[in-house]
Amino acid sequence: MIGMPLFIEQSDLMSDDTNGKPNRSLSGLEVKPVYTPDDLANTDFARDLGQPGEFPFTRGPYPNMYLGRLWTRRQIAGFGTAQATNERYRFLLDHGQNGISTDFDHPTLTGYDSDHELAEGEVGRLGVAIDSVRDMDDLFLDIPLDKVSVSLTINHPAIVLMGMFLSVSEKRGVDWKDLRGTVQNDSLKEFHGQKTFALGPGPSLKLTTDIVEFCTKQVPNWYTISISGYHIRESGSDAIQELAFTIAQGMAYVESALERGLPVDSFAPRLSFFFGCHNDVFEEVAKFRAARRMWARIMKERYNAQKPESMRLRFHTQTLGSTLMRQDPQNNIARGTLQALAAVLGGTQSLHVSGFDEAFDIPSEEAMRMSLATQLILSHESGVTNTVDPMAGSYFMESMTNDIEEAAWEYISKIEALGEGQYPMKSGMLHAIDTGYIELEIARSAYEYQLKIESGEQVVVGLNQYQSESNQKLELFQFDPEEEEWQKARLAETRSGRSPADVKSALASLKQDAQDDKNLMPSVLKAVGVMATEGEILDTMRDVYGEYVDPGVF
Amino acid sequence: MTQSTNIKVLLAKIGLDGHDRGIKVIARAMRDAGMEVVYMGMRVTPDQVAQTALQEDVDVVGISILSGAHMRLIPRLTKALQEREISDDILLIVGGTIPEDDVEPLHEIGVQGVFPVGSFTTSMTKFITENISRGRSAPQA
Repeated sequence: MIGMPLFIEQSDLMSDDTNGKPNRSLSGLEVKPVYTPDDLANTDFARDLGQPGEFPFTRGPYPNMYLGRLWTRRQIAGFGTAQATNERYRFLLDHGQNGISTDFDHPTLTGYDSDHELAEGEVGRLGVAIDSVRDMDDLFLDIPLDKVSVSLTINHPAIVLMGMFLSVSEKRGVDWKDLRGTVQNDSLKEFHGQKTFALGPGPSLKLTTDIVEFCTKQVPNWYTISISGYHIRESGSDAIQELAFTIAQGMAYVESALERGLPVDSFAPRLSFFFGCHNDVFEEVAKFRAARRMWARIMKERYNAQKPESMRLRFHTQTLGSTLMRQDPQNNIARGTLQALAAVLGGTQSLHVSGFDEAFDIPSEEAMRMSLATQLILSHESGVTNTVDPMAGSYFMESMTNDIEEAAWEYISKIEALGEGQYPMKSGMLHAIDTGYIELEIARSAYEYQLKIESGEQVVVGLNQYQSESNQKLELFQFDPEEEEWQKARLAETRSGRSPADVKSALASLKQDAQDDKNLMPSVLKAVGVMATEGEILDTMRDVYGEYVDPGVF
Repeated sequence: MTQSTNIKVLLAKIGLDGHDRGIKVIARAMRDAGMEVVYMGMRVTPDQVAQTALQEDVDVVGISILSGAHMRLIPRLTKALQEREISDDILLIVGGTIPEDDVEPLHEIGVQGVFPVGSFTTSMTKFITENISRGRSAPQA
C-alpha cells in the first residue's frame, strides 16, 4: 500500500520466556492472568463503591455523570503576547471548546518581569507573558468572564495573577460572585513537580492559604486550588506516587486552612484536582476511582466534613506530554486517544488532550484541532458515555482500585510519620520537601522507567521497537521572536504611564502586611490596581520571605 | 578511548525552564557509568556555567533546555566559555526540545553533541567517551 510505513523486521509473538514472572502494570502492580470473585472477597460493594454521586464516591462525584453533562473540553493555551493568546482562545471557543485554560510563560510562572535578565529568550515562549493588569485585560478581551469558566495555571505568583483577574472583572462590572473558574495555586508540587517555584515551601503555602481564605469569603464559586498530580507524573513518577503525593498535598492544604481557622465545609467544596493520564488504561481508571474513594474517606473521617460536596473529588485530566514521541508523531494521536479514554472511563470532569506534535514544540493549531476532535469522537461516537462508571464490578478493575489505593497509603503514612503536632500532614509534607524525599522518589522512578525503555523491557512503538522508515515533516507552531521585544516595550510603557508614588506606597504596604503575616490578597489587589508589575510584587515578597533556590538533587 | 571513570561532567539548566526530569535521569546515568557528575540545578546563567566549568576543571558541559530558548541562550554560553579560553578543552552537549532545523546551527557555534528528547542515555555516555578531547589522569596507551 502506498504510504504504508515499512517496519523493521519484528516478531509479534509475545515472549513466552517470562520465567513465570507475573505481568505488571506500568507502576509495577502485579496483574494476574485472570480475576474471579475470590479477588473481591474483602470488597463490600455498598461500603467501598456505593452508588455514583454517593459516599465514598468511588463511582463518580455525580449520580448521572455524563448522562447529565459531558466533561468540559478544556485545551490549555498560551503563547506570545496577551493579544496573540486571546486570538487562540477565540479560535478554540469557535471550534468546540467550552472552557479556557491559560498557560503562562516561564518568567510569569516564576515571578519575573519580561525585561529581567533570566527571562531572556523565554518571554511568551511556552505560554503567555503577563507583566501587569493591562496584559490580563488584553488576554480576556471580548470574553465574558461571568459566562466562560477560566483556569489560571499559576502557582507561587498565583495571588498576583488572581489579583489581576479580580481587578479586570471588577473593572468590567462583573460581580466576583459570578466568576466560575480555577486558580491552580498548588504551591507544594512546585518543589518536585512543575519546578517553577519562587518562594520556599512555608511562605508559598501561606500564600496558597491566603487565596483559599480570601476566595472562600469573597469569590465563593471559584475553585481555589487545583491539587495537581499531573506535573508530578510528568516529572517521572509512577501512578502510585502521583496518587499518593497529590492526596498528601491536598491534606496539607486542608490542614493549613483549618489551622487558619476556616471551617472545613466552608472551603473544601472549592478544592479540585488535576491528574495526568498515561497509557496503561486500566491502571489509570483504577487511579481515578481510588482517588475519589480516598479523598471522600479522608475528608469525612479525618477532617469531619459534613457536606457531601466537601468529600467528592472532582478532577481535570491532561494526557501526558512525556508519552509523546518524536518518532512517528502521528502515533501520538493513538496514545492521546487511549489516555483520554481512560480519563473518561475514570470519570474526569474536564479534559485536555495534548497535541501530537508537542515533542517538537508547543502545539500547532492543527494539532489542537485534532485533540478537540479526539474528545468529540469519544463523546459522540464511542458510546462510552452511555452509562455511569462502566468499569464498576469488574473483578480486575475493583482489585486494581484496591491495590493502587493500598500502595498509595504506604507513601502517605510515611509522609505523616515525618510530621508532628495537630497538623502532621502539613508539617510532614514541608519536611518531606525540605529533605528532598519526594523529589528523589520521583527521580528514581523516572530513571527506572528510562532504563526499562533503553533495555527494551518497556516497548515504545517507533522508539525502541517497530521503528518506521517514514520521515514526515510536520507543520510546527512558528514562534514570532518579535513578541519578546513587543512585550518589553509594552512593559516600559506601563511603567512610564503610572504614578511612581502610588506604586511605591502600594509595595510598601504589601511588605508591611507580609512582615505582619496578614492575608496578602487585599494589598496585592491595591498594588495591581496602581499598575505594579508582577516582578515588582514578587520582588517585594522575595525580600521578606527569601528566594527559593533549586537544591539540584538527582 | 578514555575510560568513563576519569571523566568529569558539569550539568545545568540555564534560563527559567523547569523541565528537569531529563537532566536528572542523565545525571544518574552518567554517575552509574562511572563519571563524576556536578549538577548545578536550574536557573543558572551561561556565565555561572562557564565559571563553574573553569573552577571545577570539567571535561564535559551538558545543558538541558526544553523551553525553546536554546538559540538565544546557547550562543551566550559558547561565548562565555571562549572568554575563559576553555571552549577547546570542553565537550559541549545540549539536550531537550531541539527542532531538527536547529541542530546544524548549534554545531556551527561549537556544540558537539545535540540530543533531542527521546535520546537514550547510553547514546550520550557513548558519545562522551568517544569524543572526549583529553584523557585526564589516564595514562595514554
